[in-house]
Amino acid sequence: MACYLSTPKHMAFYWSFGTVLVLLAITAPLALVFGFGGATAARAQLAPVRWFGKAYIAVVRGVPDIAFFLFFVIALDQGFEYLRHQVFCPDWDQPIRQGNDFLVCPAAKLPLSTSPQVWHEIYGFFLAVLTFAIVFGAFAANVLFGAMRAVPQPQLETAAAYGMTPRQTFWRILVPQMWVYALPGLGNLWMVLIKATPLLFLLGVEDIVYWARELGGTKTARFTDYPHGDWRMWYFGALLLFYLAFTKLSEMVFDRVMLRLTRGQATLAGEAQRKAAA
Amino acid sequence: MSCWDTIADYGLRSLGYGERLLPRSDFTLCQQVVLIGSGMLWNIYFGTLALIAGFVMATAVAMGKAARNPVIAKISAWFIFIFRGSPLFIQFFFAYFLFLSLKNAVPFFTVLTSAWAGALVVLFLNTAAYSGEIFYGALQSVPKGEAEAADAYGFGGWKKFRKITWPTMLRLAWPAYTNEAIFLFHATTLVFFSGFPAQSQRGDALYYANYFADKTFNPFVPYPVLAGYFILLTLVIIGLFGLINRRLNRHLPQERRSRMQMRMPVLR
Repeated sequence: MACYLSTPKHMAFYWSFGTVLVLLAITAPLALVFGFGGATAARAQLAPVRWFGKAYIAVVRGVPDIAFFLFFVIALDQGFEYLRHQVFCPDWDQPIRQGNDFLVCPAAKLPLSTSPQVWHEIYGFFLAVLTFAIVFGAFAANVLFGAMRAVPQPQLETAAAYGMTPRQTFWRILVPQMWVYALPGLGNLWMVLIKATPLLFLLGVEDIVYWARELGGTKTARFTDYPHGDWRMWYFGALLLFYLAFTKLSEMVFDRVMLRLTRGQATLAGEAQRKAAA
Repeated sequence: MSCWDTIADYGLRSLGYGERLLPRSDFTLCQQVVLIGSGMLWNIYFGTLALIAGFVMATAVAMGKAARNPVIAKISAWFIFIFRGSPLFIQFFFAYFLFLSLKNAVPFFTVLTSAWAGALVVLFLNTAAYSGEIFYGALQSVPKGEAEAADAYGFGGWKKFRKITWPTMLRLAWPAYTNEAIFLFHATTLVFFSGFPAQSQRGDALYYANYFADKTFNPFVPYPVLAGYFILLTLVIIGLFGLINRRLNRHLPQERRSRMQMRMPVLR
């Protein structure tokens, strides 16, 4: 049993849990950046920017996220290759779209067809991260947009009365205060993000779902030292447990953070804490 | 071939009627719109049935979680935690392979290995857990005064629940439940991308959109078509649930009727 669980393929399976965690670690801050940009755009003075921000939030939320995952991976890939095509091969005379094919010059291929396998995998992972960030950025933008509106209006009026410019008001008054209101929404979003990670499988990254299917399938004695029947149920059961444990852990961490943040706040929860201590 | 012919050939393709072969070359916009629309039938089927069945079970689960009996409360709480704490995608995979294994032991489970029944069961349990949590939250915030007034009028047991507690619970939960319904319809797109196979290429809307994107290598037509369909579906859901909301709140004076707020806290 111990031998079976430490075959090289199982080692790759364990590493793929790391892939998921790395994806989460990179995507979460990036999505926050996208969300901040989207929320700022949605409350901009300039109408076209505002429309863009609102449309970004509304469209991404109105359509199943899996559709976006499938869409953006191809669209971003083609977009990057198209840009490189314009830069590297300005005198290419054939059209890029020929019927059902998308052809760019060899120098514009991403990654170059000569580069080693590892770069192809990294590029695929990078596309996945960017896609996740775009989709979850819209959700984060919605949360931050609400949080920015939840900051009491008198705070902003006072800032204006003290002669601050709108830019100063935004950075010194609004942004520091909005996080308390944003945290419950962002915590919820983190849970949703965790639960979206198995979709990596659809983006062509060799993640835990890929390996669970691979390892669990029926193996005959011809190809492996450890023949077994269809064990995929058990592998996916293990994944289920992994996600449940991860969710529980996140919940506990967020409860701690909320406890710390509400300390001394003039809210019901903060008041309850004060009374409990006294 | 005009667009009407395409509709006749592919309009019900997702259910297995009409032309057997999917288009292979010279894809027209009409073909894409018709086939993806045909696939939407599956999304509507899964969403509607799971929603209706899930609604009944969600009420039971919410009552169970609020029950005084610790065994019932624990079971309900665990049910909710398991289905809300794990990804739906993994649930689909797990359920499919579970049904496959059970099929060998009990022939009854053969039905559940096909998407139309098996995926429906998973979606039903999933939405029951999510809406159960929503209903539980609403149940906790039913005003104390209403329950006391019901007691004072001599309402008790089933009658009190049917006439007082349950309608108030629904009223409070309705905006959040609308969200859940929208997300459930979005979640139906996962069915044919998990373990469940699409027999003879009868898939849902995303299945066909993906088919076209793979064949044409041009994602800029099928996915926006799909997005259009889903935005339309979302608007229909918001409209229907808004009507029910109006009916739930019809006894309140005009200015106190809470307008349905579509602030949409993120759910899944």
